[in-house]
Amino acid sequence: MPPASVTQPLSPEAAPRSSTSLWRLRGYLRPHMWSLIVMLAAALLAVIVGLLIPLVTRAIVDGPIHDHDSAGIVRLGSIAMGLGIFEAFLIFVRRWFQAPAVMGMEMKLRGDLYQHLNELPMEFHSRWQSGQLLSRVTSDLSTIRRFSGFGLIFLVTNVIQLILTSALLMHLYWPLGLVVIVAAAPIIYTSMSFEKRYVLVSRRVQDQRGDIATQVEESALGIRVIKSFGRSRYAFDKYDLRAKRLYESEMQQVRLAAKFWTFLEVLPNTALVVVLLLGALAVGDGDLSLGTLVAFVTLMLSLVWPVESLGVILAMAQESMTAADRVLEILDTKPTIVGGDQTVADPRGHVQLENVDFMFPDADEPTLHGINLDIAPGETIAIVGATGSGKTALTALIPRLRDVTGGRVLVDGVDVRDLTLESLRTIVATAFEDPTLFSMSARENIALGRPGATDEEIREGLEIAQAMFVYDLPWGLDTRIGEQGMSLSGGQRQRVALARAIVARPHVLILDDTLSALDVHTEALVEESLRTVLASTTSIIVAHRASTVQLADKVALLQGGTITHIGQHSELMATVPAYRELLAADSEEVVRS
Amino acid sequence: MSTTTDTLPAEQPAEEPTSDWRGVAAETMDEVSVKTSLILRDRSRRLLGSLLRPHKNALLVVLAVVLVENAARLAIPFLVKEGIDSGIPPIKRGDGNHTLLLIVAVVLVIVAIQAASRLIFLILSGRIGQQTLLELRRRVFKHFQTLTPAFHDRYTSGRVISRSTSDVDAIQEMLDNGFDGLITAALTLFGTAVLLLVLDVELGLIALLSFPFLYLITRWFRLRSAIYYRRTRTTIAALIVQFVESMTGIKAVQAFRREGRNEEIFHEVNDDNRDANEDAWRLIGLFMPGIKLIGNVTIGLVLVVGSYRAYHGEVTVGVLAAFLIYLRQFFEPMMDISQFYNTFQSASAALEKLSGVLEEEPEIRDPASPTRLDEADGRVTLDGVSFSYVENRPVIDSLDLDIPAGQTVALVGMTGAGKTTIAKLVSRFYDPTIGRVQLDGVDIRELDDETLRHNVVMVTQENFLFAGTVADNIRFGRPDATDEQVHDAAEAIGASTFIEAMPQGYETEIESRGGRLSAGQRQLVAFARAFLADPAVLILDEATSSLDVPSERLVQRALRTILARRTAIIIAHRLSTVEIADRVLVLEHGTVVEDGTPADLIASGEGRYSDLHDAWLASLA
Repeated sequence: MPPASVTQPLSPEAAPRSSTSLWRLRGYLRPHMWSLIVMLAAALLAVIVGLLIPLVTRAIVDGPIHDHDSAGIVRLGSIAMGLGIFEAFLIFVRRWFQAPAVMGMEMKLRGDLYQHLNELPMEFHSRWQSGQLLSRVTSDLSTIRRFSGFGLIFLVTNVIQLILTSALLMHLYWPLGLVVIVAAAPIIYTSMSFEKRYVLVSRRVQDQRGDIATQVEESALGIRVIKSFGRSRYAFDKYDLRAKRLYESEMQQVRLAAKFWTFLEVLPNTALVVVLLLGALAVGDGDLSLGTLVAFVTLMLSLVWPVESLGVILAMAQESMTAADRVLEILDTKPTIVGGDQTVADPRGHVQLENVDFMFPDADEPTLHGINLDIAPGETIAIVGATGSGKTALTALIPRLRDVTGGRVLVDGVDVRDLTLESLRTIVATAFEDPTLFSMSARENIALGRPGATDEEIREGLEIAQAMFVYDLPWGLDTRIGEQGMSLSGGQRQRVALARAIVARPHVLILDDTLSALDVHTEALVEESLRTVLASTTSIIVAHRASTVQLADKVALLQGGTITHIGQHSELMATVPAYRELLAADSEEVVRS
Repeated sequence: MSTTTDTLPAEQPAEEPTSDWRGVAAETMDEVSVKTSLILRDRSRRLLGSLLRPHKNALLVVLAVVLVENAARLAIPFLVKEGIDSGIPPIKRGDGNHTLLLIVAVVLVIVAIQAASRLIFLILSGRIGQQTLLELRRRVFKHFQTLTPAFHDRYTSGRVISRSTSDVDAIQEMLDNGFDGLITAALTLFGTAVLLLVLDVELGLIALLSFPFLYLITRWFRLRSAIYYRRTRTTIAALIVQFVESMTGIKAVQAFRREGRNEEIFHEVNDDNRDANEDAWRLIGLFMPGIKLIGNVTIGLVLVVGSYRAYHGEVTVGVLAAFLIYLRQFFEPMMDISQFYNTFQSASAALEKLSGVLEEEPEIRDPASPTRLDEADGRVTLDGVSFSYVENRPVIDSLDLDIPAGQTVALVGMTGAGKTTIAKLVSRFYDPTIGRVQLDGVDIRELDDETLRHNVVMVTQENFLFAGTVADNIRFGRPDATDEQVHDAAEAIGASTFIEAMPQGYETEIESRGGRLSAGQRQLVAFARAFLADPAVLILDEATSSLDVPSERLVQRALRTILARRTAIIIAHRLSTVEIADRVLVLEHGTVVEDGTPADLIASGEGRYSDLHDAWLASLA
């Protein structure tokens, strides 16, 4: 097995691979190519119209006013007016096409990210806080969207406007044109060096915002523990430290940007002073017409916005490159657990583990090694082992929530890695110890593994799991539960999760310490009713209690990362001291009291 | 049974819709009445005011600086006019270029002033903005921490996160760009109008003709965008909730092949969000060209009329040039204003929600003048306590209970008997509806949170672990504990063996939400955490439920010593845990039906506890 390619969030100092990242996302713009072309064309046309208006002004000053031709004023005036209306129309066209294109791009990218995250294995998710993921799916995508819808267009048109206007100025009166071009050169140079420094700060800011989100998330999810220990102040200090760090970085960003933007504003104004001086002198000497000077000044000033915004756009480009980096960190993480192409036509539920090793990616030694286990169809096996012996890791290998690092797991004779995930996870269903319920109706939660389940099937599952309380919820099966709905107790959640696994009618049922939060009475009832299900289904039960173990046909004892004994409960009780140690404690306590 | 479910309403709200704007209630409303929106706006304004008040002096400086900057900016076209009208004629007359040079020198000085004031403005306003944000972040975080777990259950972590991140970001955007834009636009609007009238009354009046149109289009935009932006914020919040939920529950998603359906749901909320954004953008797409149209038509009119007047010699060419420059400067910030509205709308929607959260009164509050109680003995008394989650359906009804200091009490009973509620009342996660809970004879409502938590600690089955090392997590309840004390606590609980076996021992980083540790191990760490905190009263609510037998036995042995010196309330389904109690209370529907030592209750041979005990013995066979 190749090592897992899970990327850790990069440190802010890591070398940016920005521009290529953004470029790699270009595919998302492709479906909107025509909209982009229309937008670009409209923007360019608007630039040209914007250039023509001052020229008309010049014509009026030098023509009709100078020559006392009143008819010319009306004629040229209407041309100026017409051009003005046309310019407004072009802006309208650009914006109208912009909305669906960039929003469509953002939506597609977000959908793909979500889908990709769904495919990434548990290994990835146990490493990445959902706050970090969330900031990528929301703020980073907005940054990219803003740049590709607005920044990109104006980056192109502003540069073109700069070139065209300079050319026009050179044509009108070259000494003054030269002044403008000389003024533009340092702007381009400064922009570039600014860009480089800005990328570092902005990456840090974005990472620190992600940190803050993570901190908020942790404090919201752990609110009970924080409250129990009265540690709100500590939680706040932890958060505050990060908030202050973010403040420092943001201030650095502010100072950097302030200097740059001031510079961008001063330069055109300085150029204006020089143009005014030289221009006025030239008019005085008769080298230049008054109309040309007016047009010249107007054109110069029309350059202020494109030059100024060039800085904003470059900063935006930089931010969106960083954002693209962060988005690609996720998209580039290959799902290490991908399905094969086989299916089991007639699954019976025969599970075999052959020389299975398993090691967590950053661990020094394997959690499981040399596991051999053959579970016949319909057989129920209990896995017993001390806390942390790897029982849950073992059960996670069968539905491929994690992958073996050595050996193989077979279901009905097929390596699970050759099966499609769909078919494998239809054959295998797990009831977890920490059950997740989703914000949807109880019915949907229960029928999660079998969306078409009938009311009868659901009722049966609930009966077996002793979860009939669901019918007493305000809206019965249609009551919304989970994060945004009614909250259930730990035991209730476990029973719903158990019902979910039963309703899925798997061929292999895994109960990962599912009954831990139930009271003795309920547990006994569940165990009793489970027997019918277990009789016909291959089952793997992680158990701590003698009563649960007794549901199994045989027991496997997990010690030191491998299976040391397999046999009947009574057999192991009699012959294996370590096993007795694990399961006989209850009786020992009874004897003492 | 299918008939009963069929007659149920197809869609049912998770909570009863509240007809109230108080606190966070307005968040669920799509449309708000005019009156409500005024109240919301007022509330937002108060929040903004309270955030900005400490910066009053700095804001005055910023205002002065921005006035200087704008005055300098507005002076430049006027000087261009002077250059053309007063600077050129002397040269033409051959009188030299002194006037021109003087004007150019003045422009240079003004440019320098503008640059300096701009730089100061950007840095100062940036600092104010960032400090305001820091304060807002702190306030929101702190406030969420004071709200009860019950509030968090209702409000959900997804919304807590979106309040604390994207809403704060929206306000940041406004502070970053909005103020600059608004102030510049307002000053330009006013300054230009005055200057134009001074330069030439007739042309000035023509330029002012555009004002009513500008007012109308801006008003239209403001009203429409308020609605549209509200929708964009609601849809993004829905998206965030869906995202966070599926990422935190990814294990179940994958195990039950929920990916497809989740993607459908996500697609839906994603699509809604896109529609909302598209509508908002289209609105700007109408507004921006509208402003441009008004601007260009005005410039055209001024050009025609101005040229006519210049032709008749009523205005100079310099005045005409100045007019054209001014009008350009005038309409450009107007375009920015829509950008500003954009950020302003997001920010005010965010402010509305944040001010709602901040207004949400914590159901549990510290007393104004707390009673001092440094080291409690641990006597817990419930005095006529009633409690109901839903009105008129008491879970606990006039319960009297006296637990002497040092006693270990086990609460036994079916689910819903009120065991956990008692635990939550004693640890003050809830306050009783009637009656009082006392610690050493002091009503716990009279103790400040710090004192109470120092003396009463509850360990539940939700053994949440924080990012950080194992040692950090154990130290959580007592941050000043030495490494040795941390190790001793782990040792006492029986957690040291597995901790020391981990790659970096106590310094091993715990993965997101304790993913790597098994449930039992997490619980042991949570236990060590409570033990180290050393409270006078320890409440264990199903705290041992997912331990395996050897671990539980270790814990039970440790418990004998740990509990000896303190009051303990234990809720456990395992009777083996209950056995160590000095006293057992059997609860039914919120009342105590049996009370005695475990041995006595068993010896009686009848009663619920005795039955439970028999059933349990049978299960062990």
